Amino acid sequence: MLKFTTDHEWIKVEGDSATIGITEHAQKMLGDLVFVQLPKPGAALDAGAAACVVESVKAASDVYSPVKGEVTEANQQVVDDPTLVNSDPAGQGWLFKLKIADRSQLDKLMDESAYKSMIANDQH
Amino acid sequence: MTAAPQEAPLKITPLNQLHIELGARMVPFAGYDMPLQYSTGILKEHLHVRAAVGLFDVSHMGQFELRARSGRLEEAARSLESVVPADLIGLKPGRQRYALLTNNQGGIRDDLMVANLGERLAIVANAACKDTDEAYLRETLPERCELVRHEGRALLALQGPLAVEVLAALAPAVTGMRFMDACAMSIAGADCIVSRSGYTGEDGFEIGIPASDALNIARKLLAHPQVAMIGLGARDSLRLEAGLCLYGSDLDSITTPVEAALEWSIQPSRRIGGARCGGFPGDGLILQQLQNGAPRRRVGLRPEGRAPIRHGTRLFRTAESDEEIGVVTSGVFGPSVNAPVAMAYVATSALGGASTIYAELRGMRIAVSVTPLPFVPTKYKR
Repeated sequence: MLKFTTDHEWIKVEGDSATIGITEHAQKMLGDLVFVQLPKPGAALDAGAAACVVESVKAASDVYSPVKGEVTEANQQVVDDPTLVNSDPAGQGWLFKLKIADRSQLDKLMDESAYKSMIANDQH
Repeated sequence: MTAAPQEAPLKITPLNQLHIELGARMVPFAGYDMPLQYSTGILKEHLHVRAAVGLFDVSHMGQFELRARSGRLEEAARSLESVVPADLIGLKPGRQRYALLTNNQGGIRDDLMVANLGERLAIVANAACKDTDEAYLRETLPERCELVRHEGRALLALQGPLAVEVLAALAPAVTGMRFMDACAMSIAGADCIVSRSGYTGEDGFEIGIPASDALNIARKLLAHPQVAMIGLGARDSLRLEAGLCLYGSDLDSITTPVEAALEWSIQPSRRIGGARCGGFPGDGLILQQLQNGAPRRRVGLRPEGRAPIRHGTRLFRTAESDEEIGVVTSGVFGPSVNAPVAMAYVATSALGGASTIYAELRGMRIAVSVTPLPFVPTKYKR
């Protein structure tokens, strides 16, 4: 299952486990990333809590956890090379993994077609 | 319910259509619709200027001319000296100088470029300050001076190691200019004002152009395969690496020239012992600080690690202490330095010898070295 937030995160769900990253649209808006700070494995995050910081030359932006859960893994590769988030935001540029605490929160998120129509409307 | 106050419509520069054509991301800046970046993005735009040449639309900045009604330039220079601490009577024809408009408390109203064009002084002011500058100058300068504002006139900056080659193809005379030379010249049939200066730390030119000719000249410059348009985003990271101040961030009405480490903009003739000592707003404090120093000072900072420290980041003497010693006024990731860089104001008492201080970033203290400015060697053609 793949879901999206209004803050341009994607969350890929397999059982209780979720992988989280930012969307192609988000990476384009942020521009070339130069620094990424990720949550530590073991950290407990609420839905909507600031989980990561991604920074471009000019600005810092927060990435929020789409659902409540415990961080199981952070992608060290994007810390070492933040441009991976720009070049492959939905693949190698993933940010962190969660053990989901409350699956019902997923119902509030958008599916891909709803997300796509949201960003299409934003651009008008 | 009451309606939200109507925002004034954004003004546009003569190159607005070109920015949109080139896919710029436009943002409101100082009341203008301005390009933040083009499709390649800030990082690559920045590096392109250092490696080749970039063209910036800075037409939002204020362009003025000051003349004496008598025709004697010295009268205009003397009048302007009453509001800035720079030596303008000593500014030779064909030369430009950085000057600060000070206030009665010794703070800075605006930072300006002033050029002696022979029969007139040309002044370039910040976009966000130009209206208040104009009102202030009209109210303050004597009747014998005439101030003309060139609203709508374009200002382009061509910056980078290839700038001279590119501009010389349209105006061969520019090859003979050196850093901070300024003169009127014809480019592609238009009456322009050209100075060999800029705000990137690179060699380059700033070109004042009548609005109706700006698009034509911009397109001629862009026809060179090495010239790329550069947005305000890269302009900010380039100027910060070059150690140059941004008014409103690094300079303001409560910051003095000595605190800002801009003593070099106050020539000896305006200092104690000089022929025209003082005679500008705030001269009491500024002259005293020139002798004795100021309680805080602008410095360069290099944080440890890769995380940028941004405007407003608080600075401390040690990793643990509550003793706040300063604040970051500009901070970016410097693409050419390939590391975060920042400028800050730090208490002079905390600067004695200590080269490492601490920044509070997202609840953590990170070590920051106090370093000389600029962060990259400047490439001015002296």
